[in-house]
Amino acid sequence: MNIIHLLISEHTFRTVAMGCMLLGSVSGILGCFAVLRKQSLLGDAVSHASLPGVCIAFIITQVKNTEILLLGALVVGMICIGLIQIIQNNTKIKFDSALAFILSVFFGLGLVFLSYLNKLPGANKSGLNKFIFGQASTFVERDVKLMLYTGVILLIIIILLWKEFKIVVFDPDFAKTLGFPSRKIEIFISVLLVVTVIIGIQAAGVILISAMIISPGVAARQWTDKLSIMIILSGIFGGLAGLTGTLISMTQSDLPTGPVIVVVISIIVILSILFSPKRGIIFRIVMNKRRKKIFKEQLKNKKIKQTNVQRGLEL
Amino acid sequence: MSAGLVIQLIAIMVASSCSILGAFLVLKNMAMVSDAITHTILLGIVIAFFIVHDLSSPFLILGAGIVGVLTVYLVELLHSTRLVKEDSAIGVVFPLLFSIAVILISKYASNIHLDVDSVLLGELAFAPFNTVEIFGFTIAKGLIITFTVFVVNFLFVIIFFKELKISTFDKALAATLGMKPVLIHYMLMSLVSVTSVASFEAVGSILVVAFMIGPPITAYLITSNLKIMLFLSIILGSVSSVIGYFLAVKWDVSIAGMISVVIGVIFIIVLTVSPKKGLIFTFYRKKNQKIEFSVKMLLIHIFNHSGTPEEKDECGLDTMEYHLRWEKKFYNKILEKAKELKLIYIDNRIFKITDKGKEFLKQKL
Repeated sequence: MNIIHLLISEHTFRTVAMGCMLLGSVSGILGCFAVLRKQSLLGDAVSHASLPGVCIAFIITQVKNTEILLLGALVVGMICIGLIQIIQNNTKIKFDSALAFILSVFFGLGLVFLSYLNKLPGANKSGLNKFIFGQASTFVERDVKLMLYTGVILLIIIILLWKEFKIVVFDPDFAKTLGFPSRKIEIFISVLLVVTVIIGIQAAGVILISAMIISPGVAARQWTDKLSIMIILSGIFGGLAGLTGTLISMTQSDLPTGPVIVVVISIIVILSILFSPKRGIIFRIVMNKRRKKIFKEQLKNKKIKQTNVQRGLEL
Repeated sequence: MSAGLVIQLIAIMVASSCSILGAFLVLKNMAMVSDAITHTILLGIVIAFFIVHDLSSPFLILGAGIVGVLTVYLVELLHSTRLVKEDSAIGVVFPLLFSIAVILISKYASNIHLDVDSVLLGELAFAPFNTVEIFGFTIAKGLIITFTVFVVNFLFVIIFFKELKISTFDKALAATLGMKPVLIHYMLMSLVSVTSVASFEAVGSILVVAFMIGPPITAYLITSNLKIMLFLSIILGSVSSVIGYFLAVKWDVSIAGMISVVIGVIFIIVLTVSPKKGLIFTFYRKKNQKIEFSVKMLLIHIFNHSGTPEEKDECGLDTMEYHLRWEKKFYNKILEKAKELKLIYIDNRIFKITDKGKEFLKQKL
């Protein structure tokens, strides 16, 4: 009762809860594409690598305006994806090595910029590193609005380009033979992913955003083989985790919001893997036992039949 | 020893011990596992701290090592259910373990010096001031730790080189030869976690990844020989450390950050200009191949039609263009190229192939 009362009456509480829920849903929906394309960790890489973008945007403009900083992060995030593509296409280096490399080197570059900024006079620059480590409990109404608008736009894009996305996610080569600009759509999906990551990162931090990209999609995948249902489920799981996580962290003292949300979504993943029908581990164990039993019975029947035949009896 | 020298030595030790293991991670396609481990070791440190209540205890390294291996085990467990792909498995496991660590810290240890930022970022510049006395010598603690880890890693790779090599490239073969690839795998992963713990104090956990992956993939661009790759990674890591240190001092910025930027820059230089495999070389080779191929096609076309009744049309000065169906610009370019090499000549408004051209065809076919 207390929680419901809090939700209705307390403004900050409501904002944070709304923000986390939206973030969970939006990243859950977009994350499905990343999970299916085996690029789950792209979000992790982009979120680390965007640090220099934030710093450069600040150095150029000298103002700590959220939108401009996000724009800087976005540009650098795109550059990262481009570089990863170049490395992957032109060398024998695999996708994950390229990812880890770009992630860490760009983060190093970000640290260089941060230490440079710390030397400069003026107090305005503090909190830039908080920008990427993030704190979900600092959601303000503006963040929630930004998240809402981006979420709606992303949703509209997904609905409009549904057929293209679907075919490119599952079989880009087939899409190419059909005359779809596979490559362009793949890049476009990556761009949408970067946008989601960048929007979420400032409020949620690096680790939370990578979990929110991957986990809802993984959980949703267990329950269905249909992309549309998977995306809807993923959005629901993400939103649910965001909301529940906020509720738990807000009603307990000293519990950071982001990590609690991660724990909640991880529990959803574990439950899905264990209990989902058809694919789940429990189901598999039960099925195996049943199959063994049937097999044993068949074997027994056969044996009886054989012995009967040996005895010269006709059944 | 001056502070600068200590920092450089630590950086070289960290770079060497990271890259010697990182090479195997790159070859096993497990680069992102290093990223996961560098985050999750925080949980090991926290739990070990709750047990011993001492931030400088070696048990912290042990705890971190155990959790590092646990991370790898959980990822593989999740992946082995075949319900989750490997990259997703990594992405599910490491945020969870990291989050548990952060929750434990903020719930039970918020008053001690164990904040998340210091683990993630690290600071090499402070390393020389944390010293211990050994046999009457005052030596930086970081140097002793990183040197020990380097020696252990180095010995591990030397002693188990054959096993590592075979189980990296062909796990099944290693198993049939009785090499216990799983054991080798987990030994490697334990060392990766221990190395991450020993290094993060100096360079921060995210940059450990740069030290682990950067030099090996740069070396991998240059060579396909594992021994040379290992050797080159150590050299590249050390050189980057020294250059990075001096640049960082010059511009007064983060040392570890600068070193990883240097690692990145060296990679990009090698990627673009390296002979045989570099981007520039590949670009020109592809372009030249295309031109050479097209010249050959042109010669074949002329050769096939020379002396036939339709030669006037097929190889006519004005009409050949329509038969080759190339873009006008490209057609002219190839024509120029062929004329320049004196492979074709024009006789009575018909293209003819020269003796040199015939020789060229014979040679290339």
